[in-house]
Amino acid sequence: MPAVEYAGQTIEVNEEGFLVDSNQWTPEIAEELAQEVGIADLSEQHWKVITFCREDAAKQGQPPGLRRISKLSGVNMKDLYRLFPKGPGKLAAKVSGLPKPQGCI
Amino acid sequence: MKNLVILGAGTAGTTVANLLRKKLPNDWSLKIIDPDSEHLFQPDLIFVPFDMQEPDKTYRPRKNTLGRGVEWIERKVERVEPDNNRVVLADGESVPYDLLVIATGSHIRPDETPGLLGDEWHKSIFDFYTLEGAVALREALARFDGGRIAVNIVEMPIKCPVAPLEITFLAESFFNLKGMKNDIELTYVTPLDGAFTKPIASKALSDMLVDRGIKVESEFSTAEVDPERKVLRSYDEREVPYDLLITIPTHMGAELVEASGLGDELGFVPTHKNTLIADAKDNIFVLGDATNLATSKAGSVAHFQAEVVVENILHAIRGESPKACFDGHANCFIESGYGRAMLIDFNYDQEPLPGVYPLPQVGPFSLLRESKFNHWGKLMFRHVYWHALLPGRPIPVPNNMSLMGKEIPVADTELAS
Repeated sequence: MPAVEYAGQTIEVNEEGFLVDSNQWTPEIAEELAQEVGIADLSEQHWKVITFCREDAAKQGQPPGLRRISKLSGVNMKDLYRLFPKGPGKLAAKVSGLPKPQGCI
Repeated sequence: MKNLVILGAGTAGTTVANLLRKKLPNDWSLKIIDPDSEHLFQPDLIFVPFDMQEPDKTYRPRKNTLGRGVEWIERKVERVEPDNNRVVLADGESVPYDLLVIATGSHIRPDETPGLLGDEWHKSIFDFYTLEGAVALREALARFDGGRIAVNIVEMPIKCPVAPLEITFLAESFFNLKGMKNDIELTYVTPLDGAFTKPIASKALSDMLVDRGIKVESEFSTAEVDPERKVLRSYDEREVPYDLLITIPTHMGAELVEASGLGDELGFVPTHKNTLIADAKDNIFVLGDATNLATSKAGSVAHFQAEVVVENILHAIRGESPKACFDGHANCFIESGYGRAMLIDFNYDQEPLPGVYPLPQVGPFSLLRESKFNHWGKLMFRHVYWHALLPGRPIPVPNNMSLMGKEIPVADTELAS
């Protein structure tokens, strides 16, 4: 597993850049992860999504899929695509320090 | 008398019923509830549009698929009341249970995408997950005189995740053999970042699409269809034009699951990945497409899960904890056109790899490579399905996935050792 430095910490990530241990995540790491996937600044709406993803994953034991995010986070699908261009399900999980959602099998 | 009730008599429910009927203790009754009088062999639906299977040979009377000792209630279920241990039928009558099996499948929901259902449904927009859709598509393909064909997966998960690839490969082969290759432009439009969900198979299958001149529009999350202009539109405002659209609509669990408060946001039942017991209640088992599990929604999965569910039901009846463990095992033939097919075999942890199956060196099936023998195997499977799998007779493939015969990439081997 590769290790990368984020916000002054050494963090283990998998081949696709997802955090191996979601407990190592901090809001500062999220800022750097976001820049890596092309999101320059995390807005209030980004944080609404990230907070939902982290809380839901803690409750459910797995990261929420895109449909679950759009249904329960209060941010609709169109906005999710604006906030996390191309792959909101995958990118929201990545920035939130969660594993890649397994919904797509 | 104690009651075991199964909801849904598709592949999963029927297999469980037929496996259980000889194993249940004498003081248990076995009921299965399903309102449809026919049992459809769904793998045949990809052949119907290309005249490779007659529509009336794709189904058989349900009564012939259920063995003696299984009581079939041919009625619609309204909901389950998990706290009262009973099933409420649409006519208001209720059926009590001690153990319940939910095998109510997944169902296409074109109504979830604006523009799909309407005047163009089954005219220029077709599904092939229903017999009506497959038959309508057969007629449209027969008279299609050229233009753009888009195959679009609206969102994951879907039943049989390789079926959209199969319909694409078969369409390319169908028009090429008709001498129309230059008149057709095929586009594969998927929300995934490649042809499949797992890296090695995705690479192999994406290469096959490219080799056959099929365009791939990936990470396309369908927002709506404009049936007037004949374009697909994504949430990030890309457009894909078509003359004929083959859609794989959103899939959801049965309505009764949601009505019972047992479903997730798509109406699939949260289920323990190994024991197949519902998270909500330990006297409810769930299998087949109805679960929320991260494995394929496929007949092979239903079959492998059926063995596990039956064993764990017998443990539950004896007051024991569940011991049988489902490993996520799936195997699927992938029809690739020109009389050939591929085969993939995988589970929760192991992605599909090239190799041979089920016996090392011997095969006779080849994994992740095209062969005529695989195609022949896929056709033979029809017979196996009706005469061995559904009746619950033993089938000579291991229930848990095996790495024997698979070619493990060098990097993985090093990690493992």
